[in-house]
Amino acid sequence: MVAENTAKNLSITLRVWRQDGPQAVGKFVDYQSKDLSPNMSFLEMLDVVNDDLTLKGEPPIAFAHDCREGICGTCSCTINGQPHGPGKGVATCQVYMRTFRDGDVITVEPFRAAAFPIVKDLITDRSAFDKIQQAGGFITARAGSAPEANALPVPKPDADLAMDAATCIGCGACVAACKNASAMLFVGAKVSHLGILPQGQAERDKRVVAMVDTMDALGFGNCTNQYECSAACPKLISHDFISRMNRDYLAATVRAAFKAVSLGGSGGS
Amino acid sequence: MATLDSKVPSGPLADKWRKHKVDIKLVNPANKRKYEVIVVGAGLAGSSAASSLADMGYKVKSFVFHDSPRRAHSIAAQGGINAAKNYQNDGDSVHRLFYDTIKGGDYRSREANVHRLAEVSVNIIDQCVAQGVPFAREYGGLLANRSFGGAQVSRTFYARGQTGQQLLLGAYSALMRTVGAGTVELHTQSEMLDLVIVDGQAKGIIVRNLISGAIERYSADAVVLATGGYGNVFNLSTYARGSNVTASWRAYKRGACFANPCYTQIHPTCIPVSGDYQSKLTLMSESLRNDGRIWVPKNASDSGKDPNSLSEGDRDYFLERMYPSFGNLCPRDIASRAAKRVCDEGRGVGPTGLGVYLDFSEAIRRLGENVVRERYGNLFDIYHEITAESAYQKPMRIFPAVHYTMGGLWVDYNLMSNIPGLFVLGEANFSDHGANRLGASALMQGLADGYFVIPYTIGDYLAGQKSGSRPSVDGAEFKAAEQNIVTMTKRFLENRGKATVSHFHKRLGKLMWEYCGMARTKSGLAAALQKIAALREEFWATVLVPGSAETLNQSLEQAGRVIDFIELGELMCRDALTREESCGGHFREEHQYPDGECKRDDEKFGHVAAWEFQGVGQTPLRNAEPLNYESVKMSVRNYK
Repeated sequence: MVAENTAKNLSITLRVWRQDGPQAVGKFVDYQSKDLSPNMSFLEMLDVVNDDLTLKGEPPIAFAHDCREGICGTCSCTINGQPHGPGKGVATCQVYMRTFRDGDVITVEPFRAAAFPIVKDLITDRSAFDKIQQAGGFITARAGSAPEANALPVPKPDADLAMDAATCIGCGACVAACKNASAMLFVGAKVSHLGILPQGQAERDKRVVAMVDTMDALGFGNCTNQYECSAACPKLISHDFISRMNRDYLAATVRAAFKAVSLGGSGGS
Repeated sequence: MATLDSKVPSGPLADKWRKHKVDIKLVNPANKRKYEVIVVGAGLAGSSAASSLADMGYKVKSFVFHDSPRRAHSIAAQGGINAAKNYQNDGDSVHRLFYDTIKGGDYRSREANVHRLAEVSVNIIDQCVAQGVPFAREYGGLLANRSFGGAQVSRTFYARGQTGQQLLLGAYSALMRTVGAGTVELHTQSEMLDLVIVDGQAKGIIVRNLISGAIERYSADAVVLATGGYGNVFNLSTYARGSNVTASWRAYKRGACFANPCYTQIHPTCIPVSGDYQSKLTLMSESLRNDGRIWVPKNASDSGKDPNSLSEGDRDYFLERMYPSFGNLCPRDIASRAAKRVCDEGRGVGPTGLGVYLDFSEAIRRLGENVVRERYGNLFDIYHEITAESAYQKPMRIFPAVHYTMGGLWVDYNLMSNIPGLFVLGEANFSDHGANRLGASALMQGLADGYFVIPYTIGDYLAGQKSGSRPSVDGAEFKAAEQNIVTMTKRFLENRGKATVSHFHKRLGKLMWEYCGMARTKSGLAAALQKIAALREEFWATVLVPGSAETLNQSLEQAGRVIDFIELGELMCRDALTREESCGGHFREEHQYPDGECKRDDEKFGHVAAWEFQGVGQTPLRNAEPLNYESVKMSVRNYK
């Protein structure tokens, strides 16, 4: 129980995007919800609304959620026009009803982007992010082959910067916030995380080219340089990582043009 | 009765794993691609297993109910991962990590498994660093450590307060690499609903595609479950809402033994419950206990007062008082029970009286606010979001909450269940943490099982299977298992009752917390057994599951998971009732020392209880695997 918050319970109008399936036509539907505790999370409010709908014989609202502590990246609502709603550095599950006022009309939509097709109601298909990772979002290191961990010191500032980039939860708010539906903050963060660390150097060029090319092929747009992505990011990942990715991409393509390439041959007998 | 052969290798404890790796059978590289392995779950254990097996050459199919493997709940682990690297030069060793884990588990884990875990812990850190996990570093560039509960050395590696996230993203990146290379076939939003057994061996699974609703059959040469723990049986827990026992439970109903289900971990430092609508409890990492001091007012009459107004003399730092050598860093079960005890005395704080303070004022004075912010800033932010209070200015209020389950499907030393071909990894199995898990050891076990154990031990089974002997999904066993699921789905949807699924989940959770939570009694457990059985019948009589089976239907998903939790709840209470002793997370009020500590009965209960399904509502069979301690002497745990 939160002692300090003595605010009264609220009643709200929920204006929710309802869409039966990917091909169906969607529309906003209004629901009234009364007597909500301000200490309730936004998703707990949806739970309550859904239980009411179920008992009334109406279909409950499909919404994506899991950890409910801002780390898994599953929840993904655009609330009053903002991905993950009001508040800085939070995911949808970390929005609390005390953010709203009694009598508010709250609009809830899925993350909108061509590369994230709607599955049902507030749920979208973000598998495009996995495909970008498959293209190069890794350091190849088979289990059993790793050298002693302290054999390769990593300067603390580098480790800290890599960690800043690595905190991305893969939610897609950056894409939903961008009018071009660009995924460059997401890709920039992963490229930077691995590219800053010494372990990531061997595949650095290959990685950035493969990830950027896949991102483009999947229908994500280009950067607008307006940085709505960073503003919407629940982990407040800096758009500096986009510039870093662009530099890496340019350097990789230039290097590729001049690089001597082995003709191969597996050897052995 | 099931046969439980632990297959622990002979020889001295420290040589067992090395010797076993030499003795077990191998599958030659050209033959590996002829074998298919199904891996269910993609948390630390599942992702690391799937990518490692694929790198070795096996054909792997990976199944997750999430929309991406990166969502698995390992992602939420905050504090760290243990490894016996001894980088701090403070006397750590494989033996010490092994001993701490055995003692922490209150002498209820299998010695040989725990020793192996301690041995491979050092390889895990090497592997994760090679993958680019950005662990915290010292200024010289070397890895940093912190201390955690139940240990007197600093052996915990961490990445801010998001260690689980970073380790999972490392394992996920390896999984994505293998999916991209075509060596793993990934099935997201696919929930395993049944295990298929052919000629007594696990040879496939039945899956519901959560988007289309289609029921699908998959066959394999072996099935690996890495589907996590079952703490959501309490409804309120630190688990993700979607975490469930269904894969393990359906395997249990097909004959896999469920071991020590009553061993649940209640974590001492979580944000207290605020209301009936609550869907989840949020953990505040154990790492906070490095610098935070836990206290309640000395006098119950001060409980309602502003904590900053109470002088040092009015405060009771009860963990420091009761356990001077471990202080605030005593193991979780002990810290949780101590908190419960002071709250039972009326000295709890906050509006419900169910809370204790975790105070950083001394640390802020000693280190400065900036250092505290650097170490714990994200946790203080989470606390602020949920409670609208600043822990920089006022002590946090915390209370114990369900956090982990040590019990799980029974496995032998090879991590194979009593069903040949069915392997169980990570939190889903039972073997390494005994009756209580130490902090920062869950991540260690998940990755140990996936990266460094199953790659060796699965070969021992597969080498005995003729390649190409994998059954067809058109076989009678697959048809029957699919029909089982279709029938169950129909039953849910056609019931058309008047109560929602969440209604039953909440009621089950309250029963479990009251009767099978931090303190348990014979009469309470006996009553709970009847109440849960009645709840199960009421569920089938009155549950209302809306919608259809041929589409995404979250209510239907939830219905299947909740009925499994109800059945599991009965088993947990039965296990807790039968185990007439206290050990680790299992505290029976009848069995305690005068100072309130756990009183074990090694003679009667120095064994694993592995339950065997006999039908819903029927009393299951209780099999026992004796725990033979060769290297460590069972003794009374002492953290004083």
